[in-house]
Amino acid sequence: MIHARGLTRVFTMKKNDPVEAVRGLDLDVAAGQLVAFLGPNGAGKSTTLRMLTTLLPPTSGTAVVAGHDVRREPAKVRGRICYVGQRSSAGDNFLVRDELVTQGRCYGLPPREAGRRADELLDLLELRPMARRKPGTLSGGQRRRLDIALGLVHRPVLLFLDEPSTGLDPRSRAEIWSHILRLREAYGTTLFLTTHYLEEADSMAERVVIVNGGRVIADGTADRLKTDLAGDHITITTRTEPEAAACAALAGGAAGAEVTTQGTTVRVRVADAPAALPDLLRALEGAGIKATSAETTRPTLDDVFLTLTGRSLTDDDVPS
Amino acid sequence: MTTFLRDTATVLTREARPSLREPVGLLFEMGQPLLFLFLFGSLLDGAIGSSWQWFVPGILVMMCLSGPMAAGYTLLVELIGGSMERLMVTPVNRTAMLVGRTMKEMAVLLCQSVLIIGLAVPLGFRLHLPGVLAGLALLVLFGVGLGALSFVLAFRSAPSGTLFYIVTQTLLFPLLLLSGVLLPMDSGPGWLRVVGQLNPVSYVVDAERALFAGRLTDPSVLYGTAAAALVAAVGLVLGNRAMRRGV
Repeated sequence: MIHARGLTRVFTMKKNDPVEAVRGLDLDVAAGQLVAFLGPNGAGKSTTLRMLTTLLPPTSGTAVVAGHDVRREPAKVRGRICYVGQRSSAGDNFLVRDELVTQGRCYGLPPREAGRRADELLDLLELRPMARRKPGTLSGGQRRRLDIALGLVHRPVLLFLDEPSTGLDPRSRAEIWSHILRLREAYGTTLFLTTHYLEEADSMAERVVIVNGGRVIADGTADRLKTDLAGDHITITTRTEPEAAACAALAGGAAGAEVTTQGTTVRVRVADAPAALPDLLRALEGAGIKATSAETTRPTLDDVFLTLTGRSLTDDDVPS
Repeated sequence: MTTFLRDTATVLTREARPSLREPVGLLFEMGQPLLFLFLFGSLLDGAIGSSWQWFVPGILVMMCLSGPMAAGYTLLVELIGGSMERLMVTPVNRTAMLVGRTMKEMAVLLCQSVLIIGLAVPLGFRLHLPGVLAGLALLVLFGVGLGALSFVLAFRSAPSGTLFYIVTQTLLFPLLLLSGVLLPMDSGPGWLRVVGQLNPVSYVVDAERALFAGRLTDPSVLYGTAAAALVAAVGLVLGNRAMRRGV
């Protein structure tokens, strides 16, 4: 569905000071996948999305999206994809239903068919009572549903969503997600989305692609990335520091374990923490060390990012 | 070609619907030209012969400047919001986006012009129908260029929009005052007349006055048409390029 090779975009804001927003990005997405595209601000997410959706021509590299080259046949790409941007898609001067009909007409649907689709989507996304209102009078969640409805008028095979749930309250976020997942189930649409909420990417996406500095730095299922790149952690607290040191020595004996000690707390990185914990506790008991507390933690995607770059993904003031 | 026409119709329908839903808004936009018409027209009536004959074409050019020049504002709002981006991801023909929007602005301009003429007739404005029709056609030609240039300015001004207001606010009044729309330039000092001659709007105003007086073969008609056509050509070329480049 998406095949990008060496995709690069250079912006020249000031003379002689080109900024490479995306540098040689390679990406393949198969039909039907739900991919979360993550990265800190300035990582090149939006620029990549804008290139894949034909809004921005790449400086170099190629991208074939929904079967057509974005540079050679942009109109054919546009006809098969949809892009729901970060900002509101509906014009404030227009009525909700009119915008849906216009959108259908933009994709070449005959007037009657465009009207029928508009009504269908108003029902599907529970926007029927807002049909004759202006988008400015809708709530945040309703607006976002309208944005998604606008994207679905022509039944795209590939849907790009740029932060679909940002700025919404938890209930609206859950609603948006249930709609997205339902649509995917019904039409088998390929979904490619960016989000700031890592737990969303974690629980919804089948595949997580992390970009930083304009390149893909990690790609896989959330579980896989966490296990490979961050790993589980066991945290043991002992009564005294010498005991902690002894505990660290014991834990360090296990294969592939990474141990850090801080005061009376020992942190051990292992592949499968819940399975390793009983063994470790038994070993401690055998050595006469009493653990006052023990817990296991699964890493988050943020831990993955921290391991990869030394920075947290949720830091907003990331230097570009 | 058929998709181009269909896309133009789609854009035109979309743009026209809000105006059709609230036609009163068009009257409010006309507040200033109407005020100028009645205020200046009444004050000047008698002072310079039949002021209506002289003043109505000027007011129409004034509307032609303020309306289409502000046309980019609606585009700017859509560029700052996300709706223009959304439309740019659809396969709609880019030139149709320019033409459809321009056609809507011209329809508004024509309605307003006809209304002004209709209001001026009872006050003593004499109607030379062929001249008026030719005058309206010239007005639309000029408006197409100004509207397209305004769209270009909107693209350049996004996302902040500041540039748009600075340029339109600084350009509108000098262009208007230095064209002899409100007061005749003939009695001004030499330098003022030179400045007036450099202003393309002056030629359009002169041509409109000749046409509305029924002097269809007056040389000023030729100059005015040339000035308007030049603005229209430049506007359409730049406007089309801006639309193609996109957001």
